[in-house]
Amino acid sequence: MNKVLMQGNKIIGEAAIRAGCRFYAGYPITPQNEIPEYMSERLRQEEGGVFIQSESEVAAIHMVIGASAAGARAMTSSSSPGISLKQEGISSMAACELPAVIINMMRGGPGLGNISAAQGDYFQATKGGGHGDYRIIVLGPDSAQELADLTMEAFDLADRYRTPVMILADGMMGQMMEPVIFKTPKPRDYPESFIMKGAGAGKSKIIRGLILDPLDMEEHNWTLDRKYQVIAQNETRHELYKADDAELILVAYGTGARIAKGAIKRLRDLGLRAGLFRPITLWPFPTNELRDLAKKIENFLVFEMSTGKMVEDVRLAIQGRARIGFHGRPGGVVPTPVELANVVMRKYDRKEGIIDHY
Amino acid sequence: MMVKTIFSGFGGQGVLMMGYALAHGAMSAGYHVTFLPAYGAEVRGGTANCTVAVSDDEIASPIASKPDNIVVLNAPSLLTFQNRLAPGGALFLNSSIIAVEPSRHDVRIFKIPSSELAEKLGNPRTANTVMMGAFLKITGLVPPDIFLSSMETVMGSKKKSVIEINHKAFAAGYEFLKIAE
Repeated sequence: MNKVLMQGNKIIGEAAIRAGCRFYAGYPITPQNEIPEYMSERLRQEEGGVFIQSESEVAAIHMVIGASAAGARAMTSSSSPGISLKQEGISSMAACELPAVIINMMRGGPGLGNISAAQGDYFQATKGGGHGDYRIIVLGPDSAQELADLTMEAFDLADRYRTPVMILADGMMGQMMEPVIFKTPKPRDYPESFIMKGAGAGKSKIIRGLILDPLDMEEHNWTLDRKYQVIAQNETRHELYKADDAELILVAYGTGARIAKGAIKRLRDLGLRAGLFRPITLWPFPTNELRDLAKKIENFLVFEMSTGKMVEDVRLAIQGRARIGFHGRPGGVVPTPVELANVVMRKYDRKEGIIDHY
Repeated sequence: MMVKTIFSGFGGQGVLMMGYALAHGAMSAGYHVTFLPAYGAEVRGGTANCTVAVSDDEIASPIASKPDNIVVLNAPSLLTFQNRLAPGGALFLNSSIIAVEPSRHDVRIFKIPSSELAEKLGNPRTANTVMMGAFLKITGLVPPDIFLSSMETVMGSKKKSVIEINHKAFAAGYEFLKIAE
């Protein structure tokens, strides 16, 4: 196993190529420009590789739809405002049950915002983003290693469930270099029958998202919903860190979880037994796992680089069984572990538990 | 142990290369490491900087709000970063082109005429490597042989003469502080 030092954006590119991605379309936006840059160089070297710098984000996602329908492992990437533009295509892919991987290296928003790392796109990623009755799988890596592993896994999940899969990271994860080991990807398992490559003498294949008869549309909605339930049952992932003896649990994902881990080390030095619950799949959210934890732990504090998005999923999971506090730094501010530790000390009272007025 | 260092200078002085080579060296020496470049809207001829964190444990944040070391190759970088340096930290400055005196008195200051030393060796572009020699002499973060082999790796398929001059530059920085002490 060869350990290399690579930038997050390039790690995603390399992992995608190794996973068999042979089609990429995208439009430049900071802080993820190294992904298209890397893909343009690497896809040139791969047999059958296609790289397109499209005229817009909307064009890019629709090119991915075409490539996916034609059987390619396809990917597009952008950052927050660009991902907003792609939502129409993501909704179409969900309707047409087409696999693809979409990377969002989040930045400060709303609007054009700024180019610093933020986590404000949680609702857009996990609650739909585009219109209609659909879900997509959303993965939240917190290290270079997970950028590689989850990008490879995203392609497998996309194929297995014929759905778009989003990697939700941020500008800091994209820019940072960290050591990484590329694992051997699994061989692709995607039935030929799904691929549009000419019916030959057989029956025409049709992939469509326009279903005019409400009864047919309803049937399709329930079919999709059953699939989402299977995904929720089988593909939920989370990490527990120093949670065994914890009196207080921080809940955070991605870069926020890294900062929380640093804060937990400091809190434990100060004598407070803090631990971390880190959702790795943001949809499906690890609801049952968090609820189980609330049976023995009374205090939770959610930390996000936003004004509070995931905290709503935490509340839905815990359903009043424990006290839930929140600390947020939106706008592209990346707080230090020391700051977060101080916030926890301020909000947590040994007798009263979490005191929060959010 | 957790050591965070900010490298800063003019774009083109090889500031990112210094950080990248150190991060690679620290990885080769078995440490956890992160390298974070400043990114985004910068002006041509402006400053570039990067932050390297080296630790024997997982690294929570790659950002250094209170770095243990700062390495500055030009005057604007000194002014930008000197007040962030942790008390007792080490400040390495390129005294060939930084005329201003640091305002901190609670830190260890190492003045290295890295541009002059590099020029003497015949390649002014190796001022960053000279600085790395001095930096590793004092901090001991990565053994010199590991750093040098990492530097060769991150420089890619450069000519043998380029590798040689960088070895010499590193030695010049390393030796300079030995003499000064």
